Amino acid sequence: MSTQTAVLPAARKKESAAVKDEKKTGRIDKRYILSLILTISGFIIAIGVNIFFPQKAEVVFKEYIITAFGLAFHLNINDAYIFVVAALALGFFISGLIAIKDKDSRRKYSRKAYFRFALGIALAVWDIGGTKLQLFAQPFFPGPAQVIEAYLADNEYIIQNTLYSLRLYAAGFSCGVLLGVGTGILIGWFPKVYYWVFPVLKITGVVPAVAWMPFALTLLPNSFTAAVFLIVICAWFQIAFLTAQGIQSVPKQSYEAARILGSGQADLILHVAIPHAMPDIFTGIGSANAMAFTTLVMSEMLGQPGGLGYYINQSKVWSAYYKVLAAIVIMAVLFSLINHIIGRIQKHTLRWQEGVVKK
Amino acid sequence: MSSSISIQGVNRIYTDTDGKAVEALKGIDLDIRPGEFISLIGPSGCGKTTLLRLIAGLDKPQAGQLDIDGKKISGVDTDRGYVFQQGSLFPWLTIEKNIAYGLRARGVYKKDRQKVGEYIKMVGLDGFEGAYPHQISGGMAQRVAIARALINDPKALLLDEPMGALDSFTRSDLQDKLLELWQQNGTTMILVTHDIDEAIYLSDRIVIMTPRPGKISRIIDVDLPRPRQRGSGDFLSLRREILEFFELAQAIPQPEYTI
Repeated sequence: MSTQTAVLPAARKKESAAVKDEKKTGRIDKRYILSLILTISGFIIAIGVNIFFPQKAEVVFKEYIITAFGLAFHLNINDAYIFVVAALALGFFISGLIAIKDKDSRRKYSRKAYFRFALGIALAVWDIGGTKLQLFAQPFFPGPAQVIEAYLADNEYIIQNTLYSLRLYAAGFSCGVLLGVGTGILIGWFPKVYYWVFPVLKITGVVPAVAWMPFALTLLPNSFTAAVFLIVICAWFQIAFLTAQGIQSVPKQSYEAARILGSGQADLILHVAIPHAMPDIFTGIGSANAMAFTTLVMSEMLGQPGGLGYYINQSKVWSAYYKVLAAIVIMAVLFSLINHIIGRIQKHTLRWQEGVVKK
Repeated sequence: MSSSISIQGVNRIYTDTDGKAVEALKGIDLDIRPGEFISLIGPSGCGKTTLLRLIAGLDKPQAGQLDIDGKKISGVDTDRGYVFQQGSLFPWLTIEKNIAYGLRARGVYKKDRQKVGEYIKMVGLDGFEGAYPHQISGGMAQRVAIARALINDPKALLLDEPMGALDSFTRSDLQDKLLELWQQNGTTMILVTHDIDEAIYLSDRIVIMTPRPGKISRIIDVDLPRPRQRGSGDFLSLRREILEFFELAQAIPQPEYTI
């Protein structure tokens, strides 16, 4: 009898844990397997099309020698394309397998299945239109294999230019954010600064940063600092504007509450005004970021010795549109990545807003 | 742990948006004894919140003087705690960090950090330490505000209609909590309210104020034994007396027995 009573609660606990687990993982149903298959089937179709669809148009598939781990491979650009598509399919398949253990990630994965299927089909259509039959106007719209050729032909050069862009962006945008937040705080906090600086900011803020380029290029010591300067001012004004707005919208009561609890001036700025302004600061950073990308690429196109914008310009001169497309793809990936990182930082910093603000 | 506050001949005049002078307070004299629970009651515009803000040091009088323990009040200080009507919690801080704010602001967080847990427990918010203000109810938020004010060990706690925005059940809960904290800490309590029942239930003395110009019209001693019964005859007759004073007794002939 005594053993029974001792065993019972433990058993119940075990059972409830299993129920909890069941609730979290849920049942892996047939539909999830189907969406897994749907996701990768688009890419498999793309590979199938590449292999079995007759090559009607005359296209030279160059071979490149890739050295890795001390070995040299001969790689045909068409095979490189197949590898890339296969890698995509494999990547999505593995992420689908990882998502199996959790109900929420399964749902998320299933929702994206149609889009990923369409992505594979789009690759297949692009392959037919750009390479197999060359229905699209050439050389403006080359097939996917030729875009990949750009990475094989110019790989070191592309990496070099990408890093140049990244360096320019990092230097300009980080300075812009620091200056913007700093000036914004001063404007928002001190009425005198507001009076003298805010109108200037309001007027200069609407001028696109690239309009200053002639001055930047002649007055600054080199083209790199000129481009940094342009990115700085496009981020600076926007962020300062919104930071100031955020600081000024702090309710008087928040300051009073903090003062009564023992806060001095520095505390009021650091622990009341700035946290309160954070949502506005991030709004500023978000929109400044988009403008910074534009300014970055434009200034690279108009007077930089490197960068993705420069690479696009240079490729255009040689009518190497496949290289232009290759650079655009890198931009899309790179800028999305930067946006994603900023979004993550924002979500973490503003986690106290979760559930208050409608997403 | 408690202090006396003396107010002598205080005038406070505002200029409204039309440029007209409004006498928010005129000739206010009041002595508050250490450890006393005192309520300021009156219709809106009678200057009760203005008076509380003067005591807090958030505002300055044009004439007269306010002293705390014989020392002139010239600005805010941590010897007086303040609980706002609502929405004064910092939304970006968790409940725990909101309560700890005063310790950090005074630079004693390292030394006194164990107090945070004590005060969370004292106001019955265990388990909500990591929640953000928007995730808790209005009654809980006001308990946080009270704990946040009390953690600095103020000698007087000033409460500006802290229960004004709460429903009646939550309100009577919080009133009991407030009494409990008062009896534990012995802090001088000054409560601004427009709720007559609340004033009678909580206070040692009720200061009745009237508007235009804002002044003290009457001070009523509440001699009822504690814990007080809201339905007792003495309670109700005192309630009637105050209602009659405001000439509201005719409008509401029967006291409401809602609780």
